[in-house]
Amino acid sequence: MSTELDAEVIVKRLIVLGTAVSIACVVSSCGSGNERSATSDSAGAAAKLGGSGSGGVDLTGAGATFPNPIYAKWFHDYAAKTGVRINYQSIGSGGGIRQLQEQTVDFGASDAPMSDSEMVRAKGGPVLHIPTVVGVVAVAYNLPGLAQPIKLTGPLIADIFLGKVTKWNDTRIAAANAGLTLPAKDILVVHRSEGSGTTYVFSDYLSAVSPVWKNGPGKGKELQWPVGLGGKGNEGVAGQIKQTPGAVGYIELAYVKPNNLSVALIQNSAGQFVAPAADAATAAADGAAAKLPPNTDFRVSIVNSPGAQTYPIASFTWLLVYRNQPDATKAKKLTDFIRWALSDGQKDAAALDYAPLPSSLATKLVARLDSLSAGGPR
Amino acid sequence: MTDVSAGSALAATPSQESAAVRIHGSSPGDRIYRWTTMGFALIIPILLCLIAWEVFAAGWPALRTFGIGFFTQSEWDAVNGKFGAAPAIFGTLVSSAIALIIATPLAVGVAIFLSEFAPRWLRQPVAFFVDLLAAIPSVVYGLWGILVLVPFLRDHVMPFIKDTMHLGEFPLFSGPAYGYSMFAAGLILAIMVLPYISAVTREVLLAVPRSQREAALALGATRWEMIWDAVLPFARSGIIGGIILGLGRALGETMAVTMVIGNRPEISASIFQPGYTMASLIANEFSEATNDLHVSALMAVGAALFIVTVLVNMIARWLVWQIERAPGA
Repeated sequence: MSTELDAEVIVKRLIVLGTAVSIACVVSSCGSGNERSATSDSAGAAAKLGGSGSGGVDLTGAGATFPNPIYAKWFHDYAAKTGVRINYQSIGSGGGIRQLQEQTVDFGASDAPMSDSEMVRAKGGPVLHIPTVVGVVAVAYNLPGLAQPIKLTGPLIADIFLGKVTKWNDTRIAAANAGLTLPAKDILVVHRSEGSGTTYVFSDYLSAVSPVWKNGPGKGKELQWPVGLGGKGNEGVAGQIKQTPGAVGYIELAYVKPNNLSVALIQNSAGQFVAPAADAATAAADGAAAKLPPNTDFRVSIVNSPGAQTYPIASFTWLLVYRNQPDATKAKKLTDFIRWALSDGQKDAAALDYAPLPSSLATKLVARLDSLSAGGPR
Repeated sequence: MTDVSAGSALAATPSQESAAVRIHGSSPGDRIYRWTTMGFALIIPILLCLIAWEVFAAGWPALRTFGIGFFTQSEWDAVNGKFGAAPAIFGTLVSSAIALIIATPLAVGVAIFLSEFAPRWLRQPVAFFVDLLAAIPSVVYGLWGILVLVPFLRDHVMPFIKDTMHLGEFPLFSGPAYGYSMFAAGLILAIMVLPYISAVTREVLLAVPRSQREAALALGATRWEMIWDAVLPFARSGIIGGIILGLGRALGETMAVTMVIGNRPEISASIFQPGYTMASLIANEFSEATNDLHVSALMAVGAALFIVTVLVNMIARWLVWQIERAPGA
C-alpha cells in the first residue's frame, strides 16, 4: 500500500519536474543562441598589466559577432598600450542596435547598416556609422577531383540559391567553365540557419545581381530560403559543405582555410573572375568609397563594386556611435580609440582574414570624427 | 511544492499531519523557519508565472497581427514580415515523438536488466555510465551528430532503408538523403533522454516490493512472466512518469537539435527531410532580430512552446490518472 502511494507521489513530482525541465530548456535556449558571444573584456588584460588604477571599465559596447576576433585583439592591445579598458559583448548585430537605441552602451557594432526606421528609434539622436574593417564572404563548394577552381557569375549563384540550377553539369555552369569536366551531381545548397551579417552581405550581393532574387527572398539577416539546408554558424555551414559532396554555401573567408575548402572565383562588375582575398575586398571598398558624397553617413554597400581587381561579395562592418555624445570624457576616449583602430589597428586585419580599409577612406573617417560633439544639445 | 503534493496524495492521514505541524509551529523559531521555506517554495511558481506573462505579453503583437494563422501558417519570412510557426510546432512534436519511440523500449530494457538480471558487480558500473549520458553537454552531442551520426545516416542507414529495403517510395522515407533530418534530430534526442527514462524506471522497479515478486514466483510464474505480469504493471505509472520527464527534455532541447535537423521551416511527411523546432527557431534568430514584429513573433513561438509543453504534460498526467484507475495497478 505504502509503496503504491510512494510511486504515485513520485509520478506526480516527475510530471511537475518534466514541465520545469522543458521550460528551463526554453529559457536556456535564448542563452545557447548566444553561446558564441564570448565577452571580450579588455579590463582583465589591463588589470593584469597594472593599468590605470581606477579599476572600472572605461567604455562598453555591444554588437556583431563577425568582427569579434579583431575587436577583441584591438581592445586587448589598446588597453595594454593606453590603459583604456573597453568591454565589448558580441551578442549579435541586432542586440547591439537595440542596446545602442536604449543608450545602455557607449557604442554599438553591426554588420548591416541601421535602417532609417531603426535610426529614428535611437534615443540619443543621430547615429554615425564608422566602418572598421571589410569582411569577405566566400562561396565554397565540395566537388572532389576538379582540376581548377570553378568560376561562377552573379546571376548563376542567384539561380543556384533559388533552386533553378540544380545540377553541377548544368549548361550554364559549363558555359562559364570551359575545359572543366563537371560531374552530373545534384547541387545541395547550404545556408546559415541563424540570423547573421554574413547572410546579409550575401543576400545584398544576390539582390544587386539578380532582380528575381531582389523581388523574391530579398536581402536580410534571415531569409526565407527557396532551397537548401541551414547550418548553425560559419562552422556549421563549413562542416556541412566539407562533408557533403555536391554542396555549395557561403562562409566568411576566415573559415575557408581551416576547413580546407575550395572556393569559387566570382565574376565582378568588370567581367573578371576573382578569388576571395583581403586585397580584392579592399579594392572593392576603395571603388565604392571613391564615389561617396562628402557628407555621407557611410551606410554604404560595397557589393558588386566597380574596378577590375575587386571581389564582389564584401562588406564593411560598422561601429555605431551617437553624433552627440552625452559625456565629454567618454567621447574623447571613444574617438581616440577609433582613430587608433583606423590607423594602427588596420595592420591586424589581414592576419585575422579581414580586409583593411583603403587608406583614402580611413582619412575621410578620421576627419569625420571631428564632427562628433559632446554634451551638446540633443 | 513537494510538501503540497505529498500532502494531497496522503489524503488518508491529513488531520494527524496538520495537527503535528501546528504543534511544532507554535514556537517562534519554527514559525520563522516555516515561513522562510514557504517563501522559497513560492518563488518558483511566481517566477514561472512571471516568465509566462512576460513571454505572452512580448509575443502579443505578433499573435494579434497573425491571429490563429500564426499557429497554422508555414511561411516564415523575416524580410517581408510574414510569420507562421506551424513547421516549428510540427518539428518539435515529431522529433520528440521519434525520440520517445526509440528511447522508451531501450531505456526500459536497460532498467529491467539492471534491476532484475544484472549481477551486483555489473549493476553499479552500467547504471553509472547510463546516467553519465545525462551529463554530456548538448553541444557535444551536436558535434558528434555532425561529425559521426549524420554522415553515417547519409552513407549507410538511409541508403539501406531506401534502396536495400525498397522503402524509398514510402512517404515516411522519401526524398533525397542529406543526413541532416528530422530522423537525425530524433535519434540524438533519443540518446539524450534515455538516461532520464532509464534512471527513473530503474528506481521504480527496485521499489517494487519483494512480496510482489515472490507471490508471482510462488504461483509458478517464470522469471519473464514474473517481470511482465507482476513487476511492470506495478511500476507502470512510475515508468510513464520517467517517459514524461524525458519528453520534457526532448521538447525543449535546442543546441544538439539545431545542429543536425537542417533548420528548414517546412512540413514534410518524410522523416529523412530537414525540419525545424520551436526552440531552434528562437535560438537561431533571436540574436539578430531587430524588427519589432520579428522579435514579437519569436516571443510568440516561445509562448507556443510553453503551451505545447503544458498541454503535453496535462495529457500525460491524464494518462497516468487513467492507468491508476485501471484495475490491477
